Amino acid sequence: MGIETEFGLVEPGRPGANPMLLSSHVVAAYAALGPEGERAGASAGATGPAVRHPRWDYEDEDPLADARGFRLDRASAHPSMLTDDPSRPAAAGPDAGGPETAVPAELAGTAVRRPATDEYEDPGAATTVLTNGARLYVDHAHPEYSSPEVTSPRAAVVWDKAGEQVALRSVRLLAQNPAMPDVVLYKNNVDGKGASYGMHENYLVDRQVPFEELVRSLVPFLVTRQVFAGAGRVGLGQTGRDAGFQISQRADYVEAEVGLETTLRRPIVNTRDEPHADRVRWRRLHLILGDATLLEVATWLRLGTTSLVLWLIETGRERPAVLEPLRALRLADPVGAVRTVSRDLTLSRPLDLADGRRMTALEIQRGYLEAVRAAMGDSPDAETQAVLDRWDSVLERLGSDPRSCAREVEWVAKLRLLEGMRTRDHLAWDHPRLAAMDIQWSDLRPERGLYHRLAAAGAVERLTDDEEVARAVHEPPADTRAYFRGTVVRRFGAAVRAASWDSVVLDVPSLPSLRRIPLRDPWRGTREHVGVLLEECEDAAALVERLGAG
Amino acid sequence: MAGQDQRQHRREDEEPADQPEPVPTAPAAQARDAEVDSLLEEIDEVLESNAESFVRGFVQKGGQ
Repeated sequence: MGIETEFGLVEPGRPGANPMLLSSHVVAAYAALGPEGERAGASAGATGPAVRHPRWDYEDEDPLADARGFRLDRASAHPSMLTDDPSRPAAAGPDAGGPETAVPAELAGTAVRRPATDEYEDPGAATTVLTNGARLYVDHAHPEYSSPEVTSPRAAVVWDKAGEQVALRSVRLLAQNPAMPDVVLYKNNVDGKGASYGMHENYLVDRQVPFEELVRSLVPFLVTRQVFAGAGRVGLGQTGRDAGFQISQRADYVEAEVGLETTLRRPIVNTRDEPHADRVRWRRLHLILGDATLLEVATWLRLGTTSLVLWLIETGRERPAVLEPLRALRLADPVGAVRTVSRDLTLSRPLDLADGRRMTALEIQRGYLEAVRAAMGDSPDAETQAVLDRWDSVLERLGSDPRSCAREVEWVAKLRLLEGMRTRDHLAWDHPRLAAMDIQWSDLRPERGLYHRLAAAGAVERLTDDEEVARAVHEPPADTRAYFRGTVVRRFGAAVRAASWDSVVLDVPSLPSLRRIPLRDPWRGTREHVGVLLEECEDAAALVERLGAG
Repeated sequence: MAGQDQRQHRREDEEPADQPEPVPTAPAAQARDAEVDSLLEEIDEVLESNAESFVRGFVQKGGQ
């Protein structure tokens, strides 16, 4: 699993500044550190590095493939959906060698023609791969950090927090350069004027599960999980026309139950079928409806509960009975319910079910919790048990005393602060100070961001410590292919021509062509799998030789 | 959970102490406890002084 975060950005005092340009400055500032500078002190970027961060390998990107079994015609796609084209007026990708014909054994490389001249790199499409295995790039008009692949919700929190540090360091580097604009980044999802930008979750799911079944079983859970996963928002409606507070940042922008689009008519379940892995075995479930959260427990619970429900659905292939309880939870109007739940701060409004009954969001969540528990049996691993216990406890307390969740649930924490301000200074919900607080909540600067002020005051529960987050800024997770990607970037950065989720392209000058090393199996390329091999290789040439040709 | 008990006790203990406050608007405005008060003081220092122009200037392009 992994989390993508698009950050909001402003240049203080210049609201009209070009966001594409600012975003590429942000990404370029960090990319200029290079794999070595990334580890060194913050000043390393000033002189320019010997080795740049590698670029992105677009070979396997296919944003128009739909999980329902068809592809959207390129010409009829909205231009913002063509995310696989690095420099919009077409340019040759780094791989002119054509698609792979077969999956080579393990990590054996394939030859790729070396371009005679360096391809043009559009600065507005800045993208780079970090030593922790993450991707940092410009997505539309926002800097985006896509975390490396991890195997547990807690690890997802650690590398998500690492992404906040990467983003913060990028703007600190910019600030050191007098020729560059100051930029402030926000980890939120709306501007209150109609624009929304996303936090996307990705989960590896067994391809055996029919997509329709996945959607059917998942939707009521996704619609209602905002009760503990929502970040809270001041303003109602896409443009915030009506005054008030709602649970979710994204709710007003969810307009369809299922769909391929991510920038318009946003769906509860996105059908982009771009597995970034062996597509015979897996799909990548791409969820775009959630809120970016700063509270660690909120992020952990969101990822933890969602992966448990996905586990349940996968288990249903072998044991259909475990999915039986979910039948009774289907919603009559899922899209409408997203909005209803988001605006019901009492958490008591019943939602219409497909079978004519009614249940509250908390009751639906409890239905999922009990279904997972029943299927799980006695002995889940420690983290799974912890997720189940907290899920239970948070649902219970949201029902009896929501304010007791203010250290764990982001919308509750935010609302508590806003209500305090409203009461103290007699403010109505349309007062600009409350809207400003909502925005400043997610300011990534520790000295300015309201979340950070709360964290410093011990008012939120932490699951990570600063030291492990600082390590995760540089180090990849050990137990996924991100280990191979990140380590190769760190060790052999100069030879890494490009990389992507499922490939690394090495340029060894002594060889006639580039070598493309496939990483089609997300569980391969772990420290256990390749740690010793990578240590034994002195340089990229040695690595290519050891891996052999496919 | 332990943290919850603690907080509830604190609220019960301290709420009556400094509550001569008229509650002007929402019924949900039960938001006065000592922790919130001190958090608000802390936040006063970092809040944008001109909230209106700050909010107006926070304009983003749509993303995914």
